[in-house]
Amino acid sequence: MARRYDSRTTIFSPEGQSFYAMEAISHAGTVLGLLAKDGVVLAAEKKVTGKLLDLSATKEGGYGGSGEKIFLLSSNVIGGLAGLTADANSLVNFARNAAQQHLLSYDEDIPVELLAQRLCDMKQGYTQFGGLRPFGVSLLYAGYDPHYEFQLYRSDPSGNYSGWKATCIGANNGTAQSLLKQGVKDAIGLALRTMSKTMDSTTLGSEKLEFAVLTLDPVTKQPKAKIYRPSEIDALLEKEGLAKKDEDTEMKPAA
Amino acid sequence: METSFAITGKGYVIVAADTTSARSIIKMKSDEDKIKTLSPHLLMAYSGEPGDTVQFAEYVERNIRLYHIRNLYALRPSASAAWIRRALATSLRSRKPYSVNLLVGGYDTSEHTPHLYWIDYLGTMSEVPFGAHGYGAYFALSLLDRYHDPEAPLEEGLATLRRCIDEVSKRLVVTPGKYKVKIVDKDGVREVEL
Repeated sequence: MARRYDSRTTIFSPEGQSFYAMEAISHAGTVLGLLAKDGVVLAAEKKVTGKLLDLSATKEGGYGGSGEKIFLLSSNVIGGLAGLTADANSLVNFARNAAQQHLLSYDEDIPVELLAQRLCDMKQGYTQFGGLRPFGVSLLYAGYDPHYEFQLYRSDPSGNYSGWKATCIGANNGTAQSLLKQGVKDAIGLALRTMSKTMDSTTLGSEKLEFAVLTLDPVTKQPKAKIYRPSEIDALLEKEGLAKKDEDTEMKPAA
Repeated sequence: METSFAITGKGYVIVAADTTSARSIIKMKSDEDKIKTLSPHLLMAYSGEPGDTVQFAEYVERNIRLYHIRNLYALRPSASAAWIRRALATSLRSRKPYSVNLLVGGYDTSEHTPHLYWIDYLGTMSEVPFGAHGYGAYFALSLLDRYHDPEAPLEEGLATLRRCIDEVSKRLVVTPGKYKVKIVDKDGVREVEL
């Protein structure tokens, strides 16, 4: 008796399918990706949950980042996620599994588009049958493979995916995309400047930003993923002249 | 007796296999093609238990083709060889394993390099500059060790192959009569007459 429940998650409607799922993403923190000649850049806005949240474990552990928006999916692919966190974690797990299965079968890193296809096949499946809720997650895939070299893909909850030179998911993605249309010269700088313009707050800092780049190792010619740690993000913002000034945040003693 | 060779050179791989199809002491056929073209830049010479060979080679051929259709680009030689090796390794632990030995030679169009893989029915695989299977291997490997040059132009590679074939026909008791010779390079696969 699936009809007793809300059937709107899977029926066709003027808003398109997976309407609720798409809605969830438009409120999520912005994630943007930029494709350059010699690498791919991902930048993401973290929604600050509150001062009491204990983030001490994410400072030094793992592959970098705080593990909220940007994840290493395979040694040659970084994923940026916007949407429901629990759904996203499940997709990250699936993607890592798919990547390692390919590595086991073919002794090579999974081609970026194939990884996007694997995830989209599953996402599509959840839009087709009653009683299932689609994944409320959009993804950016920044990756490298020998077939098409550096690539950037975007997928949405319906299971659509497409390749981009620069794109954005999450809240304010329209604003960001129009900024990105200016063209990419300095990818890292443009990514950071675009983030600073689309985010609510006036100043950027590591507590609100995640950042990652994928390049080729100059010696081994193998893809090298780097997800920045909070301290590295602050250093990078300092270098780009976008770091926050102390007087903005520090409480001034009463005069 | 069944024999196959393969040699890499500057930007190419030559794969050669005899053309006899025998059953016990009877020669049934003398124009059998035992080298399959798996994708536009990939060749596979197969030998071993008759029946198993063709069955397994067709299975591989169709799976590699399927990957090509699904993904628009072909599987690279290294990935193809890894997949084929695993298929044999899985088969080895089944009730009736395939008894097939392979030489997989291909040209990697994204790296612009030739690759050759020696694979046997146990699922052993190694990337080699030259390789051989069958009784001919006993004579050819020492020769190739002496004369093979990874930077040799095609004509020199074919001359080395001719040396191997001549040696086998001189020393082996039951010599295969004819060989099929195929080349894979940046332009794809083609057959040549020696």
